[in-house]
This record gives sequence, structure tokens and C-alpha cells, in this order.
Amino acid sequence: MSQLSLQNIVIQYGQQVVIHDVSLQVEHGQIGCLLGPSGCGKTTLLRAIAGFEAVTSGQIALGDTIISSPQIHIPPEKRQIGMVFQDYALFPHLTIANNISFGIRQLSKVAQTKRIEQLLELVNLSGYQKRYPHELSGGQQQRIALARALAPKPKLMLLDEPFGSQDVELREILAREVRDILKQEQTTAILVTHDQHEAFAMADEIGVLKAGRLQQWDNPYHLYHRPANAFVAEFIGQGVLIAGEVLDNYTVQTAVGVVSGSLPVGATPHMPLQVLIRPDDIRLVAKAERKAVVISRVFRGAEYLYTLQLSDQKTTILALAPSHQQYEIGETVYFELDMQHLVLVP
Amino acid sequence: MEISKGIWRTLIIGMATFTALPIIAVFSYVFVPAPEVWAHLFDTVLVDYISNTLWLMLGVSVGVLLIGIPAAWLMSMCDFPAQRFFEWALLLPLAMPAYIIAYTYTGMLDFAGPVQSLIRSLTGWGYGDYWFPKVRSLGGAITMLSLVLFPYVYLLARAAFLEQSICVLEVSRTLGANRWQSFFRVALPLARPAVITGLSLALMETVADFGTVQYFGVSTFTTGIFRTWFGLGDHAAASQLAALLMTLVLVLILLELWSRQRARYHHTSSKYSRIPKYQLKGWWAIGAFLVCALPLALGFIIPVAQLVYWGISTAHLTLDSSFWELVLNSLILAALAALSALILALILGYGKRINPDPMVKTATRIAALGYAIPGTVIAIGVLIPLAWLDTQLNILAKYVWGTSVGLIFSGSLLTLLYAYNVRFLAVSLQTVEAGLGKIKPTIDNAGRSLGLGSVGVLRYLHLPLMKGTLLTALLLVFVDVLKELPATLILRPFNFNTLAVKAYELASDERLAEAGLPALMIVAAGILPVILLSRSIATSRAGTSSS
Repeated sequence: MSQLSLQNIVIQYGQQVVIHDVSLQVEHGQIGCLLGPSGCGKTTLLRAIAGFEAVTSGQIALGDTIISSPQIHIPPEKRQIGMVFQDYALFPHLTIANNISFGIRQLSKVAQTKRIEQLLELVNLSGYQKRYPHELSGGQQQRIALARALAPKPKLMLLDEPFGSQDVELREILAREVRDILKQEQTTAILVTHDQHEAFAMADEIGVLKAGRLQQWDNPYHLYHRPANAFVAEFIGQGVLIAGEVLDNYTVQTAVGVVSGSLPVGATPHMPLQVLIRPDDIRLVAKAERKAVVISRVFRGAEYLYTLQLSDQKTTILALAPSHQQYEIGETVYFELDMQHLVLVP
Repeated sequence: MEISKGIWRTLIIGMATFTALPIIAVFSYVFVPAPEVWAHLFDTVLVDYISNTLWLMLGVSVGVLLIGIPAAWLMSMCDFPAQRFFEWALLLPLAMPAYIIAYTYTGMLDFAGPVQSLIRSLTGWGYGDYWFPKVRSLGGAITMLSLVLFPYVYLLARAAFLEQSICVLEVSRTLGANRWQSFFRVALPLARPAVITGLSLALMETVADFGTVQYFGVSTFTTGIFRTWFGLGDHAAASQLAALLMTLVLVLILLELWSRQRARYHHTSSKYSRIPKYQLKGWWAIGAFLVCALPLALGFIIPVAQLVYWGISTAHLTLDSSFWELVLNSLILAALAALSALILALILGYGKRINPDPMVKTATRIAALGYAIPGTVIAIGVLIPLAWLDTQLNILAKYVWGTSVGLIFSGSLLTLLYAYNVRFLAVSLQTVEAGLGKIKPTIDNAGRSLGLGSVGVLRYLHLPLMKGTLLTALLLVFVDVLKELPATLILRPFNFNTLAVKAYELASDERLAEAGLPALMIVAAGILPVILLSRSIATSRAGTSSS
């Protein structure tokens, strides 16, 4: 049985439908992620799981208990769901110890003290009991928010853009740290973010949302290499979709040449398709059959990201090359295709 | 503990009805015909009421604008001796209730007062040999009210001047306008919405004033309502006068709302640069000093000095056990009113926070309407439904027990507390709402996800986070109740006196000196919110060098 299951969730504000028929499952101890651009409904979905929003139809179950449906709405304080907020929402008038013990008021003092110590050790902030939230750095506050939410041993942990207010460089490191903590506590969790690097660093399974609809619920590897549609293909990772035409059961004709792989069921010759070309599918070499012209380049530190124009004068693709292997704009380059996963979308 | 949204809603709408009831009661009398009384009123005093009230409003408008705007401008743009002191000291006249300053100047400037006595002893003139302005007149009332109400205009105009970007003034200079022209053509028009807001607040207080005009014998709506209700015993006519006055107040409320909305479009910049203050020297500095010092001296220092003198000289007469009873009565009454208004405000403010639908928003706004309505009107608005309730109870009691139970509600402290809550709920509600606004909504959500119900969030998170705010709300209502005169005068239980009522009675009996001590205590209490106000201004302003 899944720890969390959403079945055909619809959320509506008046006439406006913000979540369309979303279903997904998260197994015990797994970390799921809702990923999508801003306004896609991911935070609404998270708030519905937490109990801050009512569902119009469908149902949400935690273990074998239904917590939300049009008839049932268990209030947030009764759900045993922990939540970490984007602004952390630490209680400014309470010490760190009192913040953490807030959700375990019913335990004995001794048990509370013990749990506080254990959690502070877990988040690497031992000895901070007597401090106040404003004395802590942003990253420390975030770990306290996590410890506070973990204290009552919630059945599910929700994290709303937990790294949104951190420096970009720090986010992936923090995401890894939080993942380790959650795994150590064996907590099932759902994360909401618009940053795919964060999602990849933290989640076991990721759902991509667009305009209130779940596009794909899958593990990161599959999202990248087997995107379900053009939106996911372009949203996850880098790459461009170029037009192609089916030749036979194994090959497709495109502007970069003939590519081969397993075609979707029902593909017939002459059917138009789109082929996803990622930068890592292109290998720039000294001399090859295929060539293109550099039209722009962006320095990425270890590498350059080149935008290349193919000989048909209209199709562009992206390519990566080590930064010591430089090409000038306007220069003709040669490349080979190294496509291990052929991604075709209708 | 969990209270469902439906219950919060019902609670809020119930409270709004409760506070709106007196207003509805007054307006309901508009449809009760009272033609004979109206004809009588119209023939005799109504024209007086209207013309006196309008003259009073016009005079006070001119007065507060002439005092408030120049002081605000000098304070924001110039540097002159004692300027820092005036910055907050100019708020002090707010602590002085108009009726108290009226007694004080009457005592000082009347024929037998120290000023005229001095003139006579210096010149040897006798009665009727010289002309001296009459204090107890319409002009006197205008002067008294202007002297204590100008801080409203000063406060808002100053805030508006400070918010103006210095750039627009500099642009105006580069386009060829000198300092004076820049003030009249740029700064003043930009500050106009704020000035109008301040003016409408001052005018609300003006039409609500009872003590001053009653003492000066100027017939206005408030004294007219009082006289018609108690003197003529005609409740319908009194209510109709009250409804007429409330219509006037409604116009002022709309004016205030309108100007506050306009103010949003008059922000010239969200970035503030330090205003380079214009260093005044010589005669200019003395002039600026006087523009600020005169209103302060006349509106606060001189009357307080006089009150202190009276208080000390009559202490042996007034300081007895009955005086302490008076103090205790006032304190208990004010504390109870402040506490009940705070509880109502918390329920309304928090209920609106967790349930912000249009119905609830309208209800909270209606519940806060009382701040603009004169105490006299609220008093009779409270009496009407409670008297009806008492009558019904007595009918019922006669039916059940065969005997009447007397007046249970009217004439009890409960009535008085009800009126105070209607009048001052807005003060605590505004403070509580501002305090709640500073608490991020995620704090509520965090509390909920950690196992608190809606009441728990209020109890364990909001209340501790808003301690300062709650104290402020208590203090503001406390002081307002302490100063309140007409509603207390009308609704107090028989033989129950407060400081304000005692000061009024002593002054009416021409025992002005003995009124000094109770008056002084009211003024002293009134200084507390002024200190709070000046503190909050000092910490929240932009565009000045101190921070």
C-alpha cells in the first residue's frame, strides 16, 4: 500500500479549475517532487495534501485513511503531516528548543528534551537549543524548520520550495543534505519546486505539472530520457525538438540526418514526428560527415554551450564542448551523433 | 480546540449587528413622524443648530489648516532652533480634551480672570471701559477646537511632505519656481489628500464635540440632541436630529475614504532620499520657532500650567475620599471598556484573517463605524433598544410574577460599556488588524500543521507575538474612555461619577478651579498615547537624517 495516494484530484476556485484530474502515488520512505513553472498549480496541490485547500473531487489518502475528498476534510492539525515553508515560518517568540518541541507538547518533558537533542544532532545544530530564530543564518533556520516538522514523526513531510530563498550554488548541496536527513528518518516526503536541479538532487520520483495537469510521474532518469510529451522533453534538461519523418520501423529522417532507435507503436512511414536532440547527443569532432555553423556560444566554466545552425539554414541544435576546445562564431564545425536514447514525440 | 469557519462567521456578523444596532435604532426613527416637534424645532432652534454647526466646521477648518500646514512644512523642510523638540511636542495638544481647554481659558480670560484683572489694575479701567473678546462664544469655541485639533492636520501633512520625493521639488526648482512657488504649486497639491484626511478627522471631532459648545452656550446638533431628549423628552425628535447629524458625519467619512484612496496616486516615489534641510537663520528662524511654539503654548503649555495651579490651590478641597472614588470609578470603567473592546477586536480581526469573505469584510467594517459617530448620538442609539428591552422584560415579569422588575439595562454600567464599545471598537480593531498584518500567514499554517486548531493558533502564536500591539490597543481605548464626556454623561448610572463628568459638573457650577485636578488627571492620561504615537512615527519615517 502506498503511503500517499492522490486519485483524480480536481481543485476548483469558483468556476476556475486549477488542478485537473491529478493521480499519483508515493511509496513509504520515498521522496516525491512536484516540478513545474510558476502558476502550474504545484503549490495548490501541496496545500491540498496538507489540508489548507479543499478538493472539488477525487480523494487523497494517507496510508489507508482518506484525508481529503469532497465529503471528508480532516483539518490540517489532525493529519500528522509535517510541512516546511519557503520562508521557514519559525516562531520568532520561541527559542529553537521550543520551536522544535511545539508539535510534541503532549510528550513528557524528558521525552521532549531527548527528541530535541536527537533532531538537533540530525540537522547538525547541536547546542542551539537556547538560541532564537533571528540569531541563525538562513540555512540554519531552514534546518530548524525541518527539525521542527520532523519532531512529531509525521506520516508525510511536505516541503514548499524549501531552497527558494537560498543562493543558487547552495541549493543542490542543501537538497542533498535534506534528502539524507529525510532518508535517515525514513520519512515519506513531497517537495515542490520549479528548479529541476533541486528536484533531481532530492527526489526519487518527480511529477511534472503544467497548467494544473500532471504531465508525467516518473523517476528522474526516465523523465530525462523518456519524456512523455514535448513539454516535458523541453522542460527537463536542455535540448531542442526538431522535425522528422518516419522512414521505416527503426529510422527517422531529420535535418541532422537519419537517426535510429525504437519507434513508438503505430508509427507508419511518412508520419511526421519530433525528435529531441540534447546537447550530450552531439559530439563535436575534427572531421565528420555532418557539419554546422556556430551562431552563438555561452561560457559555462568547464564547457561552452554552442548553438549551431544546420546546413538547411533554419534548424538549430545545441552542443557542448570542453572550454579549451574553442570555436568562433561563424566557424564551421563537424559533429557526430551519439544518441543512446531516441526521444520521439508526436 | 477547533471552531469551524461557520461559527467564526456567525460570531463576526453577530458582533457587527450588535455594534451597528444603535446606529440602526437612530435611523429607524427617521420614519416615525413627529411633525409638531419638528415645526417647533424649525421655528425656534433648528436654524441655529445648522448654522452654528456649519460655522463651527468652517472656522475649525480654517484654524487647523492655518496652524497645521505651516508647522508641518517647516518641520519637514527646514532646520531651526528646538525643531527636534517640536517634532513630537506639537502632538501634545491631542492630549487635551476640547472641553477642558475651554474651561481653562474661560477661567483665565473671563472678567474676573487673571488677564482682565491685570489689564484693569495696570490701566485703572473699570467694567465696560474697554473691549475684550468674549471667550464663551462661537468664535471662542472655534479657537478652542482649533487649538487642540490641529495636530491631526499637522501629523498627516507632515507625513505626506516627508513621503514626497525631494526630486519633484528639485525638478520644480530647475523649471524656474522658487521655494515658495514650489511649495504652493507642487508640494501642497501633492499633500492635498493627506491634508483632507487630517481635516476630516478634525471635523469629525468638531461635530462630535459636546462639552465645549455646551459650556459656551453655542447651540449645535449635539447640544440640541441632548436638550431635545432630556429637556423636551421627545425621543423621536432627538433621534431625528441625531440622524441628521449622522448624515453629516457620513459625508465626512466618505470624504476621508475618498481622500485616502486618492493618496495612493499621489506617491511620487518609493525611494526616499534624505531631504537636505534648509538652514533658517535670524528673523526667519525666530518666525519658524514662533509658528511652532505658539500653538504648542496656547494648546497645551498654558492651559496645563493653569490646571496645575488650580489643582494645587484647591487640593485641600478636592483631595478627599470621594475624589479617589472618582479616580477608581474612571479607571475601572476605562479598563473594562478597553478589555472588552480588545476581545471584540481580536475576534473580529482574527475571524476576518481566517475567513476573509466579502460578507465578513463588510461586517468588520460596519462594526468599526462607531469611531466617527458623536458620543451623544451613540448614547441615545444605545438607549433606544435597551429601553425597549426593559419595557418588554417588565411586561413579561408582570405577566409571570405579577410585578415589575424595574430598569435592568438602561442606567446600568453595562449600557455604558456597550456605548464605549460601539464608539471605540474601531480604535482597538485597527490596532489589532495592524498587528495581525505583521504576522506572516505561513506562521498560521506552520501552527496548524503542528497540531493547533484555529483558536490554538490565536492563543499560542498570535497573542504572544502581538503582546505590544495588544497593550497599545488597550491603552488607546483606555485613554479614549477616560476622556469621553457626552455618552458617559447621558448613560452613567445614577450618582456614578467619573473624572470627566466631575470636571464637567464643577465647571458648569462655575467652580472652575476645583475642576482643575480631575481635568489634569485626564490630560496626564492623554499624554500616554501621544508618546506612543510619536515613538511609532520616529521609528517608521523615511527621508530624514535620523534613523
